[in-house]
This record gives sequence, C-alpha cells and structure tokens, in this order.
Amino acid sequence: MSEIFTTKPPRRAQPKGKETPMSNANGRFGIHGGQYIPETLMNAVIELEEAYNHYKNDEAFNKELTELFNDYAGRPSRLYYAERMTKDLGGAKIFLKREDLNHTGAHKINNVLGQALLAKKMGKTRLIAETGAGQHGVATATAAALFGMECVVFMGEEDTKRQALNVYRMKLLGADVIPVTSGTATLKDAVSEAMREWTSRIADTHYCLGSVMGPHPFPTIVRDFQAVISKEIKEQIKEKEGRLPDYVLACVGGGSNAIGTFYHFIEDKEVKLIGCEAAGRGVDTFETAATIATGKLGIFHGMKSYFCQDKYGQIAPVYSISAGLDYPGIGPEHANLHDTGRAQYVPVTDDEAVNAFEYLAKTEGIIPAIESAHAIAHAIKLAPTLDKDKIMVITVSGRGDKDCAAIARYRGEDIHE
Amino acid sequence: MSNIRKAFENGKAFIAFITCGDPDIETTKEAVKKAVENGADLIELGIPFSDPTAEGPVIQGANLRALNAGTTTDKVFDLVRELRKEVSIPLVFMTYANVVYSYDPDKFIRTCEEVGIDGMIIPDLPFEEKEEFEPYCKKYGVDLISLIAPTSENRIAMIAKEAEGFIYLVSSLGVTGMRSEIKTDLGAIVKVIRENTDLPVAIGFGISNPEQARKMADISDGAIVGSAIVKLLEKHGKEAPSYIGEYVKSMKDALR
Repeated sequence: MSEIFTTKPPRRAQPKGKETPMSNANGRFGIHGGQYIPETLMNAVIELEEAYNHYKNDEAFNKELTELFNDYAGRPSRLYYAERMTKDLGGAKIFLKREDLNHTGAHKINNVLGQALLAKKMGKTRLIAETGAGQHGVATATAAALFGMECVVFMGEEDTKRQALNVYRMKLLGADVIPVTSGTATLKDAVSEAMREWTSRIADTHYCLGSVMGPHPFPTIVRDFQAVISKEIKEQIKEKEGRLPDYVLACVGGGSNAIGTFYHFIEDKEVKLIGCEAAGRGVDTFETAATIATGKLGIFHGMKSYFCQDKYGQIAPVYSISAGLDYPGIGPEHANLHDTGRAQYVPVTDDEAVNAFEYLAKTEGIIPAIESAHAIAHAIKLAPTLDKDKIMVITVSGRGDKDCAAIARYRGEDIHE
Repeated sequence: MSNIRKAFENGKAFIAFITCGDPDIETTKEAVKKAVENGADLIELGIPFSDPTAEGPVIQGANLRALNAGTTTDKVFDLVRELRKEVSIPLVFMTYANVVYSYDPDKFIRTCEEVGIDGMIIPDLPFEEKEEFEPYCKKYGVDLISLIAPTSENRIAMIAKEAEGFIYLVSSLGVTGMRSEIKTDLGAIVKVIRENTDLPVAIGFGISNPEQARKMADISDGAIVGSAIVKLLEKHGKEAPSYIGEYVKSMKDALR
C-alpha cells in the first residue's frame, strides 16, 4: 500500500444548518462542533489548525506518518472473516476489522502517531492527554517515548482503579499519570483537567486529544488520522468479497474508532452505519452513558453536540462498565450523522457487552476490549435477522486484556492482576 | 449607555465574584450586600456549573457545594430579584455556555433584563462563537462581556472593537485562582485595548491582596477578585459575609 494516510476527504454534501462566517466555518458538522473554549486557548487552536492544514498536504509528513503506521504500529490491520461467529449466528457474513492487533492494542495509536508527529513539527516538546480506559494514555505515552517528548496523562481516579495495569504501562513508558479527583473522577473530568493544564502551559505543550471531540480542529484532525480504518476496510472487503459491506458497526464513546470506521463509507449510501453506545444499566436508568439515546443538544468541552445533562444544563454523572465509553457527550460529526439519519446509534447495556466479550473469546479466540464488545453485542442481535448474502464489518477497536480483571469481578470472581 | 459604566465612576473599580448558592442562597444574598456596603463597584454572580473548565480548585469547589445545596438557574434569578430591592450597583452573571444554552438563550437573557442583570461573562464563549448569544444580548440590552488573555496578541483589536460593558483582561495563563506573582506585561496589552475601545478595562485572575489590586488598577480601570472571596466562603460558610465585608473594604481602600 503506497499511501495509508489519506488527506483527500471524500466528496460530501455541504453541511446544513447555521454556520458562522468566521475562522471556524470549517469546524461545523451541521449545527454541531465549533470552538467553545476560553480566549486563552484560541490562538493555540488556530496555530494547530494552520499547522495541520499545512502538513496534511505535505508529502514528507505523509511519508513519515505512513512509515510509522506500517513499520511501528503494524498497519494495515487485518480484516478477518469470522467464520465460526457467522455460522453460529446464522445470518450475515461477519468480518472483524482487527484494530486490536495494532501496537499498543487499540485504534488509539493511529491518532496519536499523527498528532505527535504534527506536534513535533510544530516544535512542541511536551504532550498532555486525557484517558478513560487508559488506551489513549498508553498510546500517547508510547508516542512520547518514541519521539523523545515529555508526557503527562490525566486520568480519573476512579479509572486508575479500574485500569491499574494501564497506569503501570504509562509510567513504564515514562509518562506522569495524574489521577483526577474532581467531579465524577472519570473521563469527562480527565478532559476538563487536561484542558485546564493546556490553558496554563501552551508554548511547549500540545494537547493530544484522544477522540473526535473538543474544539475545532480536533474533531477533524482525529477523524482524518482514524479514517485509515475505513480506507483499509474498503480495500480489503473489495478484495475479499468484490463489493462493499451492507453493515458497518463500531462502538461509540467520543466516537473516534467509529468515525474512522464510517468515514470512507459516508458517501456510499447503501452501506448502513451503526454506532453502538454504552447504555450501562439501561437507557431508562440514570446509570447510562448513551448520549444519543438520552442526551440533548448542548455546549461543553469546546463543542456543540449532544450531552447527557439535566434541565439546567448540568452535565450528568454518566456510567458504563467500560471506562472508554463512560463519557457524557459524543463527537460533533456523529451528532450530525445522527441528525441527518446517515448513521444509526443504538444503546448496548453492560450485560450485553459482557456477554459479547465472553462470546467472542469462546467463538473466535479473540478477547475484545469491553468497549469493542458493545459493537459485537449489537452484531449478535442484528446478524441473525439478516440474509446470508449480507456482509457485516465490525471494528474490534482494541484488545481486552486490560478488562479481564474487571469482567471477572462483574462475574463475581476476584482475581489479582 | 450601559449601566456597567457606573461601576467605573468611583475611582478604580473593585469587582467581586461570588458563586451563587455557596453554601446557600441566603448567604450569597448577605455576602453581596456586605460587599456592596463596603465599596464593591460591581458584583459578578457565578451561576454554578457542574464542570467549570476555566476554574481552579477553589471556585470548582464552590460550584460543587452550590450544586449540592440544590442551586438552580431559576433560584439564582429569584436571588437577583430579591437583591435588586436593595442593591443598585451593576450586577453581571458569570457562567458557562451550557447553562445559558440549556435554559434557552432568548429566555435566559430576557430574564436577565427583567430581573436587573446588566451583563454576562461566559468564559467558554470566545469571539468566534459570540453569535450564539449576542443577538439576544442586543435585543434585551444585556452586555456580553469580552475576555482578553495574555495569549490574545493579534486578536486584541478585533475583540476590543466589538466589546461591550467592560473588558475583562485575564492576568495570567491558566485557570482562576490566587497567584503570588503576575508576570504578564499587562501594560502593553492595555495599551492596545485602549487604542481600539473606550470601554473600561478590569484585570482579573490571580489577584488576592490590596498590593496586587493597586498594581493592577494602576495600569487599568479596576481589579476583579474571585478565589480570595470564595475562599472566605469555603472557610467561614454562613459566617462569611462579615469577613467578606471586611476584605472588600481593605481592597477598595487600596484602590481609592
């Protein structure tokens, strides 16, 4: 493959809705997105946008990134025909996009290598990041080690307990891990704290945001770096099946692996795009993180999008067994794909995800991240209802080793990590 | 002319920030009255938000205490109605975009006008996004106050030209909170602001003692203090208003 990182976006309709005719005119997805951040950060995001617009078309930059993707991260990731799962479910033919096989064990490395390289070109020497499950933190710490940069990762204290192994991995890679105790001590608070830190130290620091969220240009930058997933799927499925898939599934928290999985199919209207949200204990309970199912339009963490919140706009303390999906918002491009009906978003409960986690392990010998298990769970419901000539691709966004202790606890078994 | 001008007519202005509902609405009411009695020229009333990303630990704590005490936007509007029976100095809201957005911006800003709020400060609403609320602010005559930061540089003129009420100049990088030293070359920033607007300029973030306030006021039109006052509420709870009165007096005296 000559060029993995695609810079040319596919043709697409101009977003509908009100747009402000200002510098962030490109930062809108329909009515969503924008740059709702303190003035202190405005020049930093403008500088980032300018640098990105320059380097995304820079041949040397793209060559260097492609080499990193291929030689360091192990791309392209495999598209695997899940034959036993297909036969067992008795419906659509199922393929798994194996982002779990990437270096560091998840799709997060795609975005991080891109942003770290960009930060280096911008002359930044320090990376800061938020992390939920710890996968993005590990990926950022990895890139920082690779590029010889300083690294500080903010992680909700609650999550440092749920994902102790990843905390150790980050430290091993030379990063400082700061447990965040404010608010609900989970992913949203880690994002808030990373934003506060960036406000206080901008000159040498790049905020390596981990998902397709936050102020423009982050949702666009992160999406472009993750779009390699759908670019590869498209090529691989054409090679294997000679046609496009009928269904493409991915789990959604902020939505980076999902947008990466959807992006190059957005213009292919016959391909159904399904994002699987974390419903926690159910969308009719307060212990949920299913933003599209239970949230409403709002402004938070730099963007206009859907958020779980109360009637006065106070952000809700969301819950999911998955630390990586435990976020009260969703990326602005997903919010727009929902508004336009181009993608469908479905809630998946803890119970369904844990069952799917165990199912994939036993059926295919693949232990998925509990985040990815949300997409597997929906496939288990959907595939049997489809004809055998239908093709379904599910992105396994990460590997599940990090989750084994938590799943064991969920099943009432206490194991030492 | 905006009512906010009045705050800058008694020498250098002292602007006090108080988070509404910390520890309860009744204490906020007393604290505001004490601050006014002791010389505060303008009060910034914070409507608590669950995730105040521009605040340091002190004001974050106040937001949390206020929300845990059951403070809501409607209760804050009621508080302002009560305060307006006795307080005539300019009052502005300080809150986050989602608090205004979720209430319905038209209804929120109409209610501001109705209860007697003169302006609002929204730290997560930069120049590029002010269209979100500005049309309603103009419709109801509530000033949307602009912030200028040490990193604003080439943006200062653009922001100042369209600003209303007063210019809130952020003294330092980072979030709100007390600082031992303010290193930014604020004089140079104020100069550029003055070239682009006649509005008064007040400096906030990191100011806690009379010397700092004096220093800041020497190069601008006033000083804004938040965390130092909130700290008194954190420490003294319902007893805080008298301490706040004393503190405001010491600060305003330094500015006279």
